[in-house]
Amino acid sequence: MANDATTADQTPAFGEGTGWSGVVGDWSSDKQTFGVPWGKAMMWIFLLSDTFIFSCFLVSYMKVRMSTAIAWPNPSEVFGLTVFGVDVPLLLIAIMTFVLISSSGTMAMAVNFGYRRDKKKTVALMLATAAFGATFVGMQAFEWTKLIQDGVRPWSNPFGAPQFGSAFFMITGFHGLHVSAGVIYLVVVANRVRNGFYDKKGNYDMVEISGLYWHFVDLVWVFIFAFFYLW
Amino acid sequence: MSEHAEGQQHPISIYLWIWLLLFVFSALSYMVDIAGFQGYLRWSLILLFMFLKAGFIVAIFMHMAWERLALISAILGPPLVLLVLIWLMAIEADYTFLTRLLYFEIGD
Repeated sequence: MANDATTADQTPAFGEGTGWSGVVGDWSSDKQTFGVPWGKAMMWIFLLSDTFIFSCFLVSYMKVRMSTAIAWPNPSEVFGLTVFGVDVPLLLIAIMTFVLISSSGTMAMAVNFGYRRDKKKTVALMLATAAFGATFVGMQAFEWTKLIQDGVRPWSNPFGAPQFGSAFFMITGFHGLHVSAGVIYLVVVANRVRNGFYDKKGNYDMVEISGLYWHFVDLVWVFIFAFFYLW
Repeated sequence: MSEHAEGQQHPISIYLWIWLLLFVFSALSYMVDIAGFQGYLRWSLILLFMFLKAGFIVAIFMHMAWERLALISAILGPPLVLLVLIWLMAIEADYTFLTRLLYFEIGD
C-alpha cells in the first residue's frame, strides 16, 4: 500500500498490475475503478441485481418444494409430450434449451463482428438471435397453454403439491418476460447498427452490452432447466 | 474494414467450440432424465452440467475470462452471500415440513 501512495500522483493505467495487486490498484488512487465503458459496468451491476431477483424466486421454490408434505409433481411427466404415439419426457423443454443456447452462440458472434465493424454480419446475427428468442417465447406460450388446459393453476394442479403451479408460473413467467424484453432490446440495437448510429458515436460497445443481457437470460435458463425441470 | 483492435475480440472458433460444448452438456443433462438416474447421482450430475454450462457462458460468451480481476470480483463475489440464504431457507423448510407432518399427517 505504501508503494501505491508514492506513485499515486501519476494515475496508473488500466492493465498495470494483475491479480489482487491489480484489484488494489484499480480501486485506489481516486480514479475510475473498472477499465470498461461505463455502460458495460452498469449492465454488469444491473445483471448482478437481477441475479438476486431470480435467486429469490429459485430459493423460495426450493423452500416450498422441501416443505410440502404432498408429493411434488414429476416434471419429467408433466412436461412430457406425446409425439407419434411415443411419450418423450421434457421434449419441448429440451428444444427450448437448444434454441436459447443457439441464440447465445449467434449473439456472441454478433459482438465479435460488431467490434470488427462488419455491420451486415452484426445485424444479421443480432436479428437471428432475436428470432431464436421470439421462437423461445412462442414455445413457452405453447407450454403455458398446454399446462393451463391440463388444469395447472397458481393455487392448485391435478398432479400433486399445489405450490408447483405458483412456482412454475412465477419463475418461467419472469424469465419469459426477460426474453421478450431482450428481443425488443436486440431489435432496437440491431437497427441502430444498421442505420449507422454507432458509427457516429464512435464505438460498438452497445452491441456487447446488449449481448451481456442476452447471455444472462440464457444463463438464468441454465439454472431454471436444472432446478425446476430436471431436479 | 478498418483495423480496429477495440473491445473484446476473440477468434470466432472459440465461440463455436463453446456453443458445441453447451449443446453437449445440455444433451448430457437431458440424458440424466432419460436414463432415469435418481437420488444423489442424479442431483450431482445435474449440478455438474449446470455449473459447467454456467461457467462457460459467463467466462467465454460474457468475456469474464478476459476482464480485470477488479470487475470479476465485484460481480461474481456478491452472489456468494446467496449460500447463506439457501442455508437459512433449507433450515426453515425442514422446520415447516416437520410441523406439517406433525399437525396435518400425524396429529389428526
